Amino acid sequence: MNRPDTFRPFARLLHWVMAVLVLSMLFIGAGMVSTVAEKHASLVAIHRPLGMTIFILALIRLVYRLRHPAPPLPADLPEFQKLAAHASHWLLYALMIGMPLIGWGMLSAGNYPVTMFPGFHLPQILPSDPGLFAWLREAHRYLAWLFFLTFLAHMGAALMHGLIRRDGVLQSMTGGKAPR
Amino acid sequence: MMHDPENRRPPAHVGWRWAVIGLAVVGSAAVFGYVGGWLAPGRLSPHTLINALQAGGGDHPGYRRNHAKGVCVAGYFDSNGALAGDSSAGLFGTGRTPVVGRLALPGGNPYAPDSSVPIRSFALQFNLADGEQWRTGMNSMPVFPVATPQAFYEQQLATQPDPATGKPDPAKAKAFFGAHPETAAFLSWVKKAKPPASYVTETYESLNAFYLTSAAGKRQAVRWKVVPETAASGETAPSASDPDYLAADLVKRLASGPVRWHLVMTFADAGDPVDDATKAWPDGRRTVDAGTLVIESTQPQANGPCRDINYDPTILPKGMEISGDPLIVARSAAYAESYLRRTREEGHLPGAERPKEDQR
Repeated sequence: MNRPDTFRPFARLLHWVMAVLVLSMLFIGAGMVSTVAEKHASLVAIHRPLGMTIFILALIRLVYRLRHPAPPLPADLPEFQKLAAHASHWLLYALMIGMPLIGWGMLSAGNYPVTMFPGFHLPQILPSDPGLFAWLREAHRYLAWLFFLTFLAHMGAALMHGLIRRDGVLQSMTGGKAPR
Repeated sequence: MMHDPENRRPPAHVGWRWAVIGLAVVGSAAVFGYVGGWLAPGRLSPHTLINALQAGGGDHPGYRRNHAKGVCVAGYFDSNGALAGDSSAGLFGTGRTPVVGRLALPGGNPYAPDSSVPIRSFALQFNLADGEQWRTGMNSMPVFPVATPQAFYEQQLATQPDPATGKPDPAKAKAFFGAHPETAAFLSWVKKAKPPASYVTETYESLNAFYLTSAAGKRQAVRWKVVPETAASGETAPSASDPDYLAADLVKRLASGPVRWHLVMTFADAGDPVDDATKAWPDGRRTVDAGTLVIESTQPQANGPCRDINYDPTILPKGMEISGDPLIVARSAAYAESYLRRTREEGHLPGAERPKEDQR
């Protein structure tokens, strides 16, 4: 079942599950800070445990990826596109792991309880410090924008591979048959 | 391995294929822009709301955007266990819970004279033994002027100083209150209210309703208040010679011992409004005295333990829940924006104004 030109099934499963979770997370985050309406509270309540779920899945995924390298990119792909592909993939890994840690650290530095659900909270990972809170809070905002832009580039590139180049790169993650 | 590029067929309708890709990218960005509010300018955001408060109170870097003037207090809550059957929150069993609080004046001006408003506020953070927290912000008034965040925002716009004259425009205020009959109860109270001479003689009310949930899963709507043990002496605000008499009074009283309030929980009857802070509940509701709040010390807010606390009313322990009152969540969202602005200033982030103390 492990074709050399596709990601392994477990890697594909993690990719698509996390794609849904990460996109939801970006939209929830952008939406919750945009409004004073009642959905603000329910969105914040989802944002924290969803972030920790993504953090744990990203760590599992990183270990799996290091053990099972990605299928090679097409030999005729221009060098800069290969570089962009690799750089954006590792950027996405860094953000999937970094954003939840920044969020956790930011709540800690801001004296907020890191509540996962009523009655269960995570320990503080940073000391109370208003300046540190503000830096992390701003980093969380700007890195979220970078995350979304990287997603747009990732999706655009995947569609370009699938629709224009038709080189099997998209199928390496969908598991479909590459066009002949 | 990958396919031989020589054998790949050129795709048909390349233009349409690029259009699909472009649509996917631009469409996703547009949805994100709408959700994030950049493409929805009519949405009331925390940013807009805090801008309105800032316009009313003036620019005071490092300070809260509302209730800017205040002092930190510290002490504990001695629970008598009377609420243990109604809420599974740990602090309502019998025992002591440490408290970090803040007594303050409403408004965004940290230099406002204490006699300028008849309202005082009391914020509390209960630090439960298991690491949970309860944060609440209460005010010394019987009802809130408005019921919704939108009306609160409009009230700020209608009562803020006109940039041309430096004073609020009475016509705008009149138009606002005329269009908002729900403000009547507050207005009739505030007309008679006098600025009290002390923080410690006031009763502070949650105004918003919340739910208590019991271990058995029973959920009941409540409002709470802290009722002082110290009776008011009848004197109102001292002369204008000391604009900071409240802090001085508190120091003087604490020098001769702790001051106490009772935490009183009022349970709604069926049909009482749970989502409208402009409506007081009628007398005769079940009330429970849950224990004694003991304040032992006070500290200036510039370096006191309350400075870096955002008294967000949605931070509740298990056993307490927010109600459908829309003001609660709006307070949470707006306080977070205020907290970010003042911590940016406190931490000297690029682009943030410096707190005044640093400019001396």
